[in-house]
Amino acid sequence: MPAEEDQTKQPRPRPRLIVLIASYLVSHSSIFSVVCCIAGLIAILLLPVLAKNTYISENALMPGSANPVFSGQDVSEAIRLVKDITEMRKMGKTTGIEIQRLIVQRMADVGGEAYYHKFQSQSNQFHPLRFFSCDSNLVLTKSGSNTSYGLNTVGIIHAPHGDGKEAIVLVTPYNGENVELNDALSLGLGFSIFSHLSHVSWLAKDIVWLAADARYGEYSSVSAWLKDYHNPVFFSSENVDANMQNTNMLNGRNADVFKRAGTMAAALVFKITEKMERDSRDSLNIYAEASNGQMPNLDLINVVHYLAVHRQGFRVTIGKIVYLVNSAWLNLVGQILEWSNKLAKSLNPKWNFGILSADYVEGVATLASSMYYQALGVPTGSHGAFRDYQVDAITFTFSPRFYLNNENVQSSFLLRGGRLIEGTIRSVNNLLEKFHQSFFLYMMTAPNKFVSVGVYMIGFALLALPLPVVAAALFLNQKATGTAGIQEAKIAFQSWKWLHAARVVLMIHLWALIASLMPYFISQISNLTATESMLLWVVGSISILLVLYMTLGSPYSRSGDVEWQTLKAVMIASVTIGLGLMSIINFATAQIGALLIVPLCLLVRPLKRHMQGALSLRVLSLVCNPILVVIGFPPAALVLVKGFSEGFGGVSIGTVWEVAEFLWAWNSATYLYVFLVHLPCWVLCIQILFHP
Amino acid sequence: MARPYDRSLLLILVLLLCCDGVRPILGAGGGGGGEEEFTEELLLKPLPDKKVLAHFHFQSTVPPSDSIGRHHHLFPKAIAQLVKKFHIRELELSFTQGRWNYESWGGSDPMSNINAKAPGVELWTVFDLPPNDIDENWKGLTHALSGIFCSSVNFLESSTAYSAPHWGLRVNSSSMRYGALPREAVCTENLTPWLKLLPCRDKAGLASLLDRPSIYRGYYHSQRLQLFSTGPTGIILDQTLTVVLQPSVQMDNIPNSYDRFLQPNWSIMSMFKKKVTGQCVLAKASTIFIELENSLAAEIEKLGCGESWKNPAFELSVKPDRVIRELNSVEGKSGSTLYEFKVVQYDKYEHLDVGIKWKLPLVWSCPQVPFLASRFLMGSGNERGSIAISLRPTQSLEWFLSDPQRCTVRAVVFQVVPWYVKVYYHTLQIFIDGKPMPVTDVVEKIRVSPSEDKVSPGSLEMMLRFSCVMSSAALTMDFDKGFLHIDEYPPDANQGFDIPSAVISFPDFYSSRSYLEDNSLEQSPLLLKRQKKTVLQSYTEVLLVPLTTPDFSMPYNVITFTCTVLALYFGSLLNALRRRIGEEERLLKSKDPKLVGLIPRILSKLKGRTPESCQSASPSSASSKPASKWLFKVVFVAVVAVLWHFYFNTD
Repeated sequence: MPAEEDQTKQPRPRPRLIVLIASYLVSHSSIFSVVCCIAGLIAILLLPVLAKNTYISENALMPGSANPVFSGQDVSEAIRLVKDITEMRKMGKTTGIEIQRLIVQRMADVGGEAYYHKFQSQSNQFHPLRFFSCDSNLVLTKSGSNTSYGLNTVGIIHAPHGDGKEAIVLVTPYNGENVELNDALSLGLGFSIFSHLSHVSWLAKDIVWLAADARYGEYSSVSAWLKDYHNPVFFSSENVDANMQNTNMLNGRNADVFKRAGTMAAALVFKITEKMERDSRDSLNIYAEASNGQMPNLDLINVVHYLAVHRQGFRVTIGKIVYLVNSAWLNLVGQILEWSNKLAKSLNPKWNFGILSADYVEGVATLASSMYYQALGVPTGSHGAFRDYQVDAITFTFSPRFYLNNENVQSSFLLRGGRLIEGTIRSVNNLLEKFHQSFFLYMMTAPNKFVSVGVYMIGFALLALPLPVVAAALFLNQKATGTAGIQEAKIAFQSWKWLHAARVVLMIHLWALIASLMPYFISQISNLTATESMLLWVVGSISILLVLYMTLGSPYSRSGDVEWQTLKAVMIASVTIGLGLMSIINFATAQIGALLIVPLCLLVRPLKRHMQGALSLRVLSLVCNPILVVIGFPPAALVLVKGFSEGFGGVSIGTVWEVAEFLWAWNSATYLYVFLVHLPCWVLCIQILFHP
Repeated sequence: MARPYDRSLLLILVLLLCCDGVRPILGAGGGGGGEEEFTEELLLKPLPDKKVLAHFHFQSTVPPSDSIGRHHHLFPKAIAQLVKKFHIRELELSFTQGRWNYESWGGSDPMSNINAKAPGVELWTVFDLPPNDIDENWKGLTHALSGIFCSSVNFLESSTAYSAPHWGLRVNSSSMRYGALPREAVCTENLTPWLKLLPCRDKAGLASLLDRPSIYRGYYHSQRLQLFSTGPTGIILDQTLTVVLQPSVQMDNIPNSYDRFLQPNWSIMSMFKKKVTGQCVLAKASTIFIELENSLAAEIEKLGCGESWKNPAFELSVKPDRVIRELNSVEGKSGSTLYEFKVVQYDKYEHLDVGIKWKLPLVWSCPQVPFLASRFLMGSGNERGSIAISLRPTQSLEWFLSDPQRCTVRAVVFQVVPWYVKVYYHTLQIFIDGKPMPVTDVVEKIRVSPSEDKVSPGSLEMMLRFSCVMSSAALTMDFDKGFLHIDEYPPDANQGFDIPSAVISFPDFYSSRSYLEDNSLEQSPLLLKRQKKTVLQSYTEVLLVPLTTPDFSMPYNVITFTCTVLALYFGSLLNALRRRIGEEERLLKSKDPKLVGLIPRILSKLKGRTPESCQSASPSSASSKPASKWLFKVVFVAVVAVLWHFYFNTD
């Protein structure tokens, strides 16, 4: 580095080009950051335009190459089971385990290995130490008090020629306590596929059908089964033994013994739901987001989509945010894009993005929902439990066009659903290797369009790029004010004044850590409503902040020590590190977080400080800062989002607590991000804003 | 390479010889014992889950070579040479597809105990050699077998693929080698060379039933070759083929409640699409048996039907030549029944189409192994995991034990694990009835040879002893997943890596059948084999371990990335080496200050400033105004240029 050289030498060596560019960027940091931020926003808004059509990447899948042989006879099996279940319901025998008995008996009749899986409903308790490690022993120790059991039924078909190393899992969740018609139909569909597969000869992987008893939630039943499949606990206390006394026998065999079928290749969760609004076609809804924004391999979604649309004539939908479809500004953006597309086309016919305004708005709404569910870090269905064990899984729900009570509708609907699932299983069965060809990091903008990681990270990179530049600019500016040049900047490197600012930042981070752990202690206190808990949390957090100020010193007390520029520089540096880390753990969270926090970080400056520059700039800063501060505050942002999507009537202080509880119960990394990166940054921004 | 003309001539010659020359010899030397002999047998057995087991058994024997010389009439020469060259005392090679269902097809009768094998290829050999020469001979043997059977048995040659069990597989077998290839696919290309070892191939006799589409459609298919070679008796070659088939059922009357439990009717014709048209003329004996399991026989006896071939419960399509009853050791329990049919009476014009027709629905179960073993992987992720083996007692345990309350049973676990799955044997944990037990209490004897990276697999032989009344036992061992070098990955590496089946044997239990009529049994090697006392053993599942795999499809990325790194490294290294700082400073001092580099000069020109001020003021924000103007100019020119380019170039 030339920086190390002696100062006294008169003709200094010319700086290297890279240093020159860096210093140029730093000196023009304001314009650079404005350009980058706007470019980042535009890049994110353009994502639906840049989306590519999906394609099947793994050649071995060959979807739709075989004619489906799932026939009317299999459907009649399904209808028979549905009738038996509905009769049972009429006789009022559905509360016990009669349905499970019936299913297991049927599974054994068609030649499958069937067993019951008894599991404990575990209430999701927040435990700070269990965030990234699921320790099974912790659950078991407190099993004595809580004895609500669910009963899954599992059937296994061994592939006749296979070696039993791999398995495909089918899951049909149903409410064991109160079986509705759609639950019975999903069970019927699952069983008809099971019985169909029990006598086909092309199977190479074993088939496991899990009829998950969802009386304590779909996810918990599936995850309990998966935990017993992958991490069984051999150690059992007497308590459990006592419960297992009445063993279930089936054809002279113990039907309580847990059986396995090898490494799971893929899992399909399917159920039938009855939709409120009528549609022109039967529709199929695909859910794929698992915990912390993990997605299954894109090929799995592609196969289901291809078969559903091109073979069985379903209308495939994936979640979208309806609020956005009707929003005026988005339609405006869409029209602008369409118009610019037309203009480009008139200039040169080859410049054709081929996007219409309506398509664009739909794309944005779908992308926003995809991004939102990934960012939330909470699985959108019981397929999320599989992703925790690196198994690719998706949930799809069938919703028929007509009412399900009609028997003709039932059978034609079941036939097509069965053929779709059969085709998907056939494709997965063809796989020699596990899913690895296609994308794992992507967002959907339509059921057949996706944005891959290489495209969607441009927006984030553009948003995050100004942060280090602005931090460096602030740091150097602060130390080398006025006309002083590089020499003084060099001295600045050697001074340790920024440590005072770093101390403040560290203190705020410490506070955030304490505040993030506080819900654990609050949840230990029983009989608190959500609002009370929230108030307790807020009061506790603020008092701890005050205590920390008193013990470690307020940033304002010795204002001479901590200049706001240095504080801002250190804060921006810490936010950059936080965003960078989060983008590795959950990209969507980092992207949404960057959208909220980056403008605030860049614009914030003390309100009291005399501002140089034009009047318009001053007004802009005065207007923007409070708005950004409000939006950047996580609870406020949450309340705004909730209010716009569901109406402000149902929003209260307790909502925030409920959402936080939801996030920690699902071990979402978003909770950690909000409390360890976002909130401290916001508090520091407030401090800078009110800096004397 | 023989021309077709030569080959057909040869065939005619052989046929002539068969018909005229050999039969008298056989007839004369039938009871002598100094001759080569060949017998063919087929055993058919209905299974409880409406399937049918067919077991072909061909035996060729040859007396010691010094008495008969180097020439063979019936015995395959390839095998005789193999035995001689590699000094084999015993050998078993099996090609298996599908899994034996221990729960419903049984495991403790001699049929399933001997013939249930692990999926893929399994080979074990006992050599008649000093320990130092064994490995060399094993390598040669694998290559020879791979040539004979058109399979990849030669992969067992590498020292990472086979192990030397001491007492885990058989008692006191120090000169034994064992290897398994679980992924090897089995098909007709393995069957054809196997049939070539038979004197009549599949042209005549029972082997002509082997219709490829029928036998490969089955639920289990195991083709075996077994060799015994001792000095006084010569070489015995047993070739067996065990298939489990599903007789075709008329689908229309299935859902009726009564018929659903009725066993399907079958015959040889319906299962194999072929008929028995006489025996192989070279065979000493050619027999077909139909076996009814002892619990099924008891069920029929309960109906009061006796052992006649035509009774209210079922009806055989042909009258059996003989009915053989098993002599059961336990009083009050009926043994299995064998119906024997001699093929010799039938020929091309009078087919033998043995079959069974059920009249009453019957439910029975096969005798199971005393403990059902299952093995599975625990944990997830690419870093570590555990192997667990669980043992569960079955109901047949009481059948084996006289006093189940106060006794102990022994179980021997033999498991070979490839080196890339690094098992930590010290983490062995044993749970009995859900309680952790100290290893020393349960393990009676243990022998571990830990794996050595890229040299040898890890193998574990362990004898456990536990009480008979336990309801479940589980063993777990932790392992780390290793990394392979890029060229060590097999094809389709993303599927995962196999751990071959473990063998679990129960030295306290034997499978054997004893029959009333002793004089006839000498004629039938199949029945003789069933009388032999063999230790019960069962195979566990093959496991699939997903290991970390590199992205094979992107070598280009790797190359470019590596090259970039190398270029950067060498560039900066060269720069640092050839740079002389003192010289540079001297040059700078002597140089005119206006002579600066090209880019700063352009920059300064664009900014309209002298180089000195550019250098001094570059980091400060004071100079942002002219700079932004400059930036704007550059951007403007660039945009115009791009638009110009596209507008005129693309159409």
